[in-house]
Amino acid sequence: MAEDSALATSSAADLLDLLDRGETSAVEVTRAHLERITKTDETLKAFLTVLEDDALAHAAGIDQRRSAGEPVGPLAGVPLALKDLLCTRGIPTTCGSRILADYRPPYDAGVVERLREADAVVLGKTNMDEFAMGSSTENSAFAATRNPWDLQRVPGGSSGGSAAAVAGFQATVAVGTDTGGSIRQPAALCGLVGMKPTYGLASRYGLIAFGSSLDQAGPITRTVEDAARLFQAMCGHDPRDSTSLTDPVPDVMTGLNRGMEGLRVGVVTEMMGEGMEPGVRARVGEAIDRLEPLGAEVVEVSLPHVSYGLPAYYLIAPSEASSNLSRYDGVRYGLRLDGGDTEQMMAATRAEGFGPEVQRRIMIGTYALSAGYYDAYYAQAQRVRTLILRDFEEAFGRCDVLIGPTSPSVAFGLGEKTDDPLAMYLNDVYSVPASLAGLPALSLPAGLGEHDLPVGVQLIAGVLGEAVLFRAARALEAELAFDATPRGAHALDAP
Amino acid sequence: MSLTPDDVRHVAQLARLALTDDQLDVMSEQLGAILAYAEQVAEVATADVPATGHPLRLANVWRDDEPRPSLSPHEALAPAPAAENGRFRVPRIIGEQPGARPREEPAHG
Repeated sequence: MAEDSALATSSAADLLDLLDRGETSAVEVTRAHLERITKTDETLKAFLTVLEDDALAHAAGIDQRRSAGEPVGPLAGVPLALKDLLCTRGIPTTCGSRILADYRPPYDAGVVERLREADAVVLGKTNMDEFAMGSSTENSAFAATRNPWDLQRVPGGSSGGSAAAVAGFQATVAVGTDTGGSIRQPAALCGLVGMKPTYGLASRYGLIAFGSSLDQAGPITRTVEDAARLFQAMCGHDPRDSTSLTDPVPDVMTGLNRGMEGLRVGVVTEMMGEGMEPGVRARVGEAIDRLEPLGAEVVEVSLPHVSYGLPAYYLIAPSEASSNLSRYDGVRYGLRLDGGDTEQMMAATRAEGFGPEVQRRIMIGTYALSAGYYDAYYAQAQRVRTLILRDFEEAFGRCDVLIGPTSPSVAFGLGEKTDDPLAMYLNDVYSVPASLAGLPALSLPAGLGEHDLPVGVQLIAGVLGEAVLFRAARALEAELAFDATPRGAHALDAP
Repeated sequence: MSLTPDDVRHVAQLARLALTDDQLDVMSEQLGAILAYAEQVAEVATADVPATGHPLRLANVWRDDEPRPSLSPHEALAPAPAAENGRFRVPRIIGEQPGARPREEPAHG
C-alpha cells in the first residue's frame, strides 16, 4: 500500500495507474487528501465547503464497481476541488459572496455533471474573489486564501482557492473559471498549470455568470498531462448553453508527447516590453530560448492593439457583469434585506450583499451602458475587441502557438494592492487579450523569479487549437523540469 | 474624466445600490480613475471598425418548442427568501401614494 504522503503528492496520471493496478483504493486516496485538508486548511483557507461524507461515499462506490469488474470513468478516484462558482446540487454555492451565502442550487453545472460521470471525487468547493472579480482572492466575503509558497502572500485570483488547494497537495486537480485570467494567473502565482479552453468548449450551464462573452471553466493541475485529462473530461457540447460549441472537442491526449518539432512559435513583441518584473522577464526569456533546441521555429510577431486589451476588458466585463448581476435582487434566491417597498428592498439588499469590488464593477458597467455614454465606452471597447481579434487572426496565419508571460509579477503580499483597484487590474494585462478573442491559453511554471516565487509562461493557440497547445506545453514542461513542491522559509509544510 | 457625486448617485440608483454618502465619495474618485484609464479605447477604435460582442460569431440557437422536464415549482422556489402560494413574495410594489415614481432606464445597444 502506498504512503499517504505519496498519495497526496501524486499526479492524477500516477494515481490512475496505482488504482488500476490495485495498489491503492479510491477510499484510501480520498482519505489521504481529506486528512491533508484537515491538517492544512486552517492555515491555507482554500476551501469554503469540504464534502467529507459525499467524497468517501463516491470513492467507496468506485472501489466497489472496480472490484466487481464494472466500468468506471476516466478520472475514477481522482480527488477534485471545484471553484465555488460552479453550481452543485444541494451543496452550498456561494460564489464568494454574502449575497449567496446560504444558496444551495437545485441542479449541477454542466461541467460538474461531466466530471461526476468521469468519476472524479469532489472533495469540496474552493474560495474565490467574490463573483470572480479580482486577482488575489482577497475579495472573498469569507476568507483570504494563502499562497502555499509563501503564507503571507496571495495565491492570485479569482480561482485562488482552487490553485492553493492543488499547490498545497489538498487536491490532485481543480476546476477554476477564467473571465480575464482567473485560471491562468493563480496557476502562475502558485507554480501550477492552468488552462482556459476555447470559448464555448466548456459548458456555461450552471456556471454563475460574470462576463458571459468571456467566462470559461478549465483545469488547474500540477502537470500538463493532468490538465489535458481534465480538459478532455470536462468539455463537450451542452444544449442548455446557447453559446456551447457543437464542434468535436479536440483530442489532446493522442499527440500529447509528440514534442515541439515542426511547430512555429511566435514571441509576441508587445508582451515582452515594459511593465514586468526582471525575474519574470528572465524566466520567460529562458523558456523562449529552449524552443529552438527542441525543434520549434521561433518567429517574432506583433499584436499591435494588444495594449488596448486591458482598458477594453475593464469596460466589457463590468458591462456584462452589471447586467448579469441584476438577478440578485432579493426575490428569487440569496439574501434579502426587508424594509420599505420593493425597490428599496432591492437596493438595500444589493448594498449589503455585494462587496466593494463587485459594487465598483456594477457601477462601471452601469455607467458604460447608460444613456449618453454607451457609444463612448461600451461600443468603443467592442471595436477594440475586433481589432484584437484581427491581430490574433493575422498572427495565427504565421504561427501555431504564441508565447509570453502570464502575469507581470510573482505573488504579491496580502493587502498590498487592495487599496488601489487599478493597480490590481494591471495583473490581467497579459491574460485578457486571449479572453477577448475567445482563444485557448495555458500557463505553465517557468521557474522561480523574485523572492524565489513561481513565474508562469503563457502559451496561446488559435480557436480549437488545444491539441497543439497541450503538445507544446508538454514539450516545454519536460524541458523546464519544474518541481511543483512549495519551498522556502514561508512555505506551507510538504506532506 | 471626472464624475460628480450627483453622477455617481444617479448611476447607483440605476444599479439599485443603496450607497451611503461616504461610499459615494470613495466611489466617485475610484470610478474617475478607472474610467480615465479605460478611455484609451477611444484612441484606436474608429467608427469604421465593426463592434464585436462575441468572440466566435455564433449564430442564434433554436430548439423545437416542445415541453421538457424542468424544476418543479417547489424546487424553483426553495432558494427564495420568501414565497407564498407557489409564487415569489415581494414587498408592496405600488406605494401608499397613487402613481408610480418615474424611472430612468439605461440605454441598450
